Amino acid sequence: MATVVKQKSDVVLDYLRPGKKFPSVWCPGCGNGTVMSAIIRAVDKLGYSKDEVVMVSGIGCSSRMPIYLDFSALHTTHGRALAFATGVKFAQPHMKVIVVTGDGDALAIGGNHFIHACRRNIDITAVLINNNIYGMTGGQGSPTTPDAAFSTTTPYGNAEKHFDVCDLAKAAGATYVGRSTVYHAPQLEKQIATALEHRGFALVEAIANCHTYFGRLNRQGDAVAMLNMFKERSVTTAKAKEMTEEELKDKWVIGTLYESTEKSEFCEEYQKLVDRVAKGGR
Amino acid sequence: MSDANSTDQARRKPPQTKYDYSAGPPPVTINMSWCKACNICIALCPTQVFEPDRDGKPVLARQEYCTQCTLCWIHCPDLAITSNYK
Amino acid sequence: MAERERKLLQGNQACVVGAIYAGMRFYAGYPITPSTEVAEGCSRELPRIGGRFIQMEDEIGSIAAIIGASVSGKKAMTATSGPGYSLMVENIGYAYMTETPVVIVNVQRGGPSTGLPTKVSQSDTMQARWGTHGDYNAIAVAPSTVADTVVETIRAFNLAERFRTPVTILLDEVIAHSRSMVEIPQEGDFPIVDRIKPTKPAGRDFMPFEVTENFVSPMASYGDGYRFIVTGLTHDQHGFTTNRADETVVKLEKLRNKITRYEEEIYKQEARWTDDADIILVAYGSAARASLQAAQIAREAGVKVGVIQLYTIWPFPEKPLLDLCAKTKKVIVAELNMGQLVHEVRRVLPGDIDVHSVLRYDGEILTPLQVLEKVDEVM
Repeated sequence: MATVVKQKSDVVLDYLRPGKKFPSVWCPGCGNGTVMSAIIRAVDKLGYSKDEVVMVSGIGCSSRMPIYLDFSALHTTHGRALAFATGVKFAQPHMKVIVVTGDGDALAIGGNHFIHACRRNIDITAVLINNNIYGMTGGQGSPTTPDAAFSTTTPYGNAEKHFDVCDLAKAAGATYVGRSTVYHAPQLEKQIATALEHRGFALVEAIANCHTYFGRLNRQGDAVAMLNMFKERSVTTAKAKEMTEEELKDKWVIGTLYESTEKSEFCEEYQKLVDRVAKGGR
Repeated sequence: MSDANSTDQARRKPPQTKYDYSAGPPPVTINMSWCKACNICIALCPTQVFEPDRDGKPVLARQEYCTQCTLCWIHCPDLAITSNYK
Repeated sequence: MAERERKLLQGNQACVVGAIYAGMRFYAGYPITPSTEVAEGCSRELPRIGGRFIQMEDEIGSIAAIIGASVSGKKAMTATSGPGYSLMVENIGYAYMTETPVVIVNVQRGGPSTGLPTKVSQSDTMQARWGTHGDYNAIAVAPSTVADTVVETIRAFNLAERFRTPVTILLDEVIAHSRSMVEIPQEGDFPIVDRIKPTKPAGRDFMPFEVTENFVSPMASYGDGYRFIVTGLTHDQHGFTTNRADETVVKLEKLRNKITRYEEEIYKQEARWTDDADIILVAYGSAARASLQAAQIAREAGVKVGVIQLYTIWPFPEKPLLDLCAKTKKVIVAELNMGQLVHEVRRVLPGDIDVHSVLRYDGEILTPLQVLEKVDEVM
């Protein structure tokens, strides 16, 4: 009989924290788990050792992720993940720091830390799982809740405008910006891997389904229906170039949206400064 | 691992074979205690390998149709599916 | 022995000297009067010794960054004033819960809110104890002179590392901005305490929050191979989040016991002329300096006044105060606020001791004359 050998699919199991009970806390079909599996496969593909990876998160559904993974884990306060991660990375620049955050965590309460981490261009990979809603507290509107969309705090439709996460990151100075959805899981894995290898602040927006709240309140159906919607509404960067603004209105452009190596990375720049000062320079 | 084209072919042309698929290892293993019955694998499988059981969890109903396209385990949010593809 | 180096330093600069002596190699901060010179000093000194300085986007980010650096193995500090401390309390609570040693300098100024940025105050005394929500046991130390600031900063780091807990240094604007000649400590002058590293191999046996004999768990750093969890949620000894009643009690009692059972190690106070004193003055920081001067003047005039100067504010030195005040019947608490420390003194001392207050909260420094007037009034 054929022997079962280790394949890419079960490599994910090697990265789960021993002693942590599964299944996860997430709802059935939640996109967070798919993103977690993509992160694991990206890390495995790059051959990082578990000891050199630190996973930092804030508060929210997505932020539970570090507890499940066998990396050093820093599960912090709401919105502050990037500030904590800045401390970890700056103190130990050889570590690979991954921040897992959500739309409310990174853009509302953590908006300030977010734009400044982008500006500093510190070598952190942020995976922002965008489900357009606050899941953990029960479906309240977030900074990415689309215009007129329903949530438990926008029962008559959202009167506010929303952020485009990728535009915000790029404008704030991030040097790698990518987007994908949980439907496009292999591409998401590739985006995360590219982001991890990028020297500088890298943001990957992972569009994920919260069918429990967002899907239900906005009549988008269950997990499968939302995944299919992601498939319908996503266009690749190549295809997007040939489309008009009007055509792109309700679409997500997925792929690498921005990449630059011109800006120097913060920790490297500081090390240069330390070396210069050691030689007696200013 | 198969690419997207072969999944389409698989759907159009079911394999006609003298071999007994049930004799070999199943194409994927499902960890039933981790599965939360979200239906993603059942719905995304291009060759309808899975059928929901009484609880909505997937069972291998037509495993001979599996093309190892990876869609089920790559999307499984609970890491409950692993491929036995060699 | 070589001539000791002496420098004319501001209190804030002395704080930097003490911190670097104690092994601080990471500073994150945000400018705020009257603490900014600490950040400026660190930005100048740390790169010279291979340390790291970062100016964060706000105080919340500053405390977050130093906690991140501390779990990565660096001794880390931030400095701020009341408004900034108010922003930090969220993550100071996180440091209590995750048992992360960090040092927070609070150069006190007048409040509430933005209050009196350039004026002195001690109105954050209670905030240092009760600033963040939840049950925890705080440590706060308080120097009263520029030279003290060096010593107390070193002590703050040692306490933080010894107990795996955040420690607040309660400075005030007067000490922070006064200049005086300070002897620069040399190697060996003061003991330096470092966190205990785990000896167990990584694996299920290693518990990052193990309840040890003295309740303090050995602390690994990220990258050491332990891959432990640090979380602000209530967690068991393995670091896994929990909401089980029994594990919650273990965690909270660990946080309490590691401090309360070893308070003797933390207490530090200086008593002068208390043996025969009719009146004892209790004070810390710049108010202690006015009290010492007042006591001296009173003694020369034949009035038996003693002084207890507190260097440890939290945990409040209950037993030392009881012992030192055993023979007196009157106590005056001098402080630069509307009466905070006095509540603690009243709580601790027996009912037959009269506890009075001499307060000043107009942003000016307490004068010996003001203290003497109170002494006269109480006599």
